[in-house]
Amino acid sequence: MSLVNSEAGLIKLEYDIVQNDFSRAGEASSNLKKVLKQLGVPHQIIRRVAIAAYEAEINIVIHSNGGKITAKISPEYIVLIAKDNGPGIKDIKLAMTEGYSTASNKVREMGFGAGMGLPNIKRCADVFDIQSKKDSTQVTIKISFNLE
Amino acid sequence: MNKYFHSVILDSEKCTGCTNCMQKCPTEALRVKDKKAIILNERCIDCGNCIIACPYHAQKAVAENLDALKNYKYKIAIPATTLYGQFMSEVNVDTILQSVKDLGFDYVYDEVIGSDLARILIKNYIKIHGNNTKPLISSHCPSITRLIQSKFPTLMNNIVKIESPMEIAARLVKLKIKEKYGYELSEIGVFYITPCPAKITSIKNPIGIKKSYVDGAISINEIYGDIYKNIKKNRGKETENFMSGSTQGIEWALAGGQSKSLNLTNYIVVDGVENACKIFEKIELGKLNHIDYVEALACTGGCVGGALNVENPFVAENNFRNLLKENKDGITINEKYAIDLCKAGFVCWTEELIPKEIDELSSDIRIAFKKMEKINKLVKELPGLDCGSCGSPTCQAFAEDVVNGLSSIEFCVFSKNNDTQGYDNK
Ligand code: SF4
Ligand code: SF4
Repeated sequence: MSLVNSEAGLIKLEYDIVQNDFSRAGEASSNLKKVLKQLGVPHQIIRRVAIAAYEAEINIVIHSNGGKITAKISPEYIVLIAKDNGPGIKDIKLAMTEGYSTASNKVREMGFGAGMGLPNIKRCADVFDIQSKKDSTQVTIKISFNLE
Repeated sequence: MNKYFHSVILDSEKCTGCTNCMQKCPTEALRVKDKKAIILNERCIDCGNCIIACPYHAQKAVAENLDALKNYKYKIAIPATTLYGQFMSEVNVDTILQSVKDLGFDYVYDEVIGSDLARILIKNYIKIHGNNTKPLISSHCPSITRLIQSKFPTLMNNIVKIESPMEIAARLVKLKIKEKYGYELSEIGVFYITPCPAKITSIKNPIGIKKSYVDGAISINEIYGDIYKNIKKNRGKETENFMSGSTQGIEWALAGGQSKSLNLTNYIVVDGVENACKIFEKIELGKLNHIDYVEALACTGGCVGGALNVENPFVAENNFRNLLKENKDGITINEKYAIDLCKAGFVCWTEELIPKEIDELSSDIRIAFKKMEKINKLVKELPGLDCGSCGSPTCQAFAEDVVNGLSSIEFCVFSKNNDTQGYDNK
């Protein structure tokens, strides 16, 4: 699951996310939460990271052909990069609207895909960026720990 | 009182270092060192899983025995409601309670009165806070409260800040006896007959209040045989009328009983620490904001599954079903009286809950960061089998222990300099 290596003063954690695998969604978020607790990051900030990571996981599970979440942690901040393998988002502005969703009925019946994923991630982030091409979407966010 | 007092302790003479308990501890509070289990006190939530898991009965709870009664002029027993389901269902509850009294108590008080009063207060609490804080989380199980304190601190605000039925009952009965007979509070001894190690801890080291009114706890399994003998004597005889609580209150011994008695419709009942963790994860993610109430209990089936019970929880549950057939209202508790007691801080929490930072590697993030890098590096070198032979519950926990100076790399059976903790290496 998590491939850990430390590079250039950052702790890097990687989580593979499998398309349609709802049962495992949440593992990345849960693991990140533990890591940040060990570092002593304030609880409310950990909660924001956990929500952002979870929504990113669910997005990849529902909408893409699978992907990966990478966390890069420094003593000051965390950067999350959620990258999937297509099909890309046609209209990013629309996708960022609360309540807008392209999730299938089946997925909605399971209680997911209410069209809150991306807006929720943005709300949790200090810095938010989204790039989408035909074969891949990448959401990058940064959350500062505000320790000093 | 020692900030980390725990009722769950280990009898190291009986312990063989088998690691059964370590594998069952939901908070990774157990380690095995030199062929003996040890409990990391700051991590333990007194759930009692290790007591149930230990094949050698080396894990136990420190409780009082009947000798402690002699320290008091007036001795009161408050048997946990679960005791009512510990004997075959045809044994009348008043006979059970008479048999407890005959062990040397002056009075036996029905814990269910505490549940009935708590029910009024929780309803009122939901009315006041239920719209702003969702879901509210029951404070009934002290193990769960401690779990939230250390693992889900952002949910501390969701906990219903009302005392447990045990504590409420103890307070009511002490005042009653003081008024009736003129004893000083210090002359009255209240003993809880407990199925629950976490409740014992809460007496010595309470959550949400300054001091408990309960003076001691006696484990059900410790005096079960004595009660049983008395039951045989008392069967068919007239007894006093001890039961004064409602049928709804009795049901609190079973998971879900509390929510049912509150007439809730939109609630979750979860038992077992690991299951509760999954629900709390969801609450932290904001996925359960539509739920009103979460009743989470550490033991299987609720308090009937408490580690210090004797009867199998599923059999006990059936005994309860028989008991619940008849619908009794219990003594009437005036709502205003209950709420005034709460406002006076007598039956509600008066103390702030403080998060327990058990996971933090250092209070300085830079030091924590360095340690984390070392842990990650070490984890990659370990086999990832989580075999437990090193004395830590998982390879990840082992790496953390090594970096925290609690263990040493050669305890890994796959390490080049392995010295399997003194086990014979045949
Ligand atoms: S009582 Fe529970 S938390 Fe404490 S050591 Fe035993 S299993 Fe772990
Ligand atoms: S479920 Fe009941 S017996 Fe078990 S730890 Fe919680 S309060 Fe104690």
